[in-house]
Amino acid sequence: MIYLQVLITLFIIAILFKLFKQRQNNKMSVFGFVIWSVLWLVVLVVFWQPDTTTYLANFLGIGRGADLAIYLSIVAIFYLLFRIYVRLSKIESEITKVVRKDAIKNAEKK
Amino acid sequence: MIFVIVPAYNEGKRIGQVLSDLSSLPYRVVVVDDASTDDTFEVAQKYNVDVLRHRINRQQGAALQTGNQYALEAGADVIVHFDADGQFLVSEIKDIVAPIERGECDVVFGSRFLNKKSQLPTLKKYFIFPLGRLVNRTLLGVKLTDPQSGFRAMTREVAQKVVIEQDGMAHCSEIVAKVHDHKFKIKEVPMTVIYHEFGQGFGGGLKILKDLLFSKLTK
Repeated sequence: MIYLQVLITLFIIAILFKLFKQRQNNKMSVFGFVIWSVLWLVVLVVFWQPDTTTYLANFLGIGRGADLAIYLSIVAIFYLLFRIYVRLSKIESEITKVVRKDAIKNAEKK
Repeated sequence: MIFVIVPAYNEGKRIGQVLSDLSSLPYRVVVVDDASTDDTFEVAQKYNVDVLRHRINRQQGAALQTGNQYALEAGADVIVHFDADGQFLVSEIKDIVAPIERGECDVVFGSRFLNKKSQLPTLKKYFIFPLGRLVNRTLLGVKLTDPQSGFRAMTREVAQKVVIEQDGMAHCSEIVAKVHDHKFKIKEVPMTVIYHEFGQGFGGGLKILKDLLFSKLTK
């Protein structure tokens, strides 16, 4: 377990470093930076102290910490899917508008 | 001026006959080729009609809206939607336009059920269409005998207000719903449909339902 923990820690440090650099170059909003940093720090804590999730799970009335993690990820995945669907339909309708404009502009009149 | 919009996707074999029938009548015909992969575009160019071409396939609802927009810019008074595959009769265009010209209503829908001659496949008649009517009635609050009919006529004002945003096949229900929302006066007239193939089938109907539900969610 210790090997995996060290590996994950290095991985997360690399990600945090990258986040920090992106923030410095103004490629990321303060809000995005905070959210992502907190998320990865939480992952770090969970890997070193797995019991923390159990406390939280019990507080919410769920038996095991692992269950809570799975429930949360399913909710997150569905939310992301929905966001992607909304974004896709927007892109689709933008494409239609461009195609329509082009068709009308190049109409062959008789 | 009456504009007849003919959306076409891979109808190279059938559209020639439709356009030659149409060109003998006093309408301005607009073909919207929806990025066909066959010779639909080339066939349409041979006739005395305006031809528009989508560079990417955007489906029937999008093609109809392109036609509507083009016709409005060209000064259309009445717009008729007409299929490219020879399912409808050009002789019935005058019947569908007549109530508008008499000032009785703003929109006219062709109905396969008010008459007459249309030979419907049994499964469609007794299962798929009643289901479609039920969905339209509960979801959209619309009472029409044939809400999925693709043969319709509308005034300039209707085409300006009813913008088709459903690119796919859900546009039929969308048009009906928006016409109701704007409280335009509606009339149905009997029409004839000649079936070559089965059409969309049950899977197509489910896809329409999905499109409609998601459009309500994402608005």
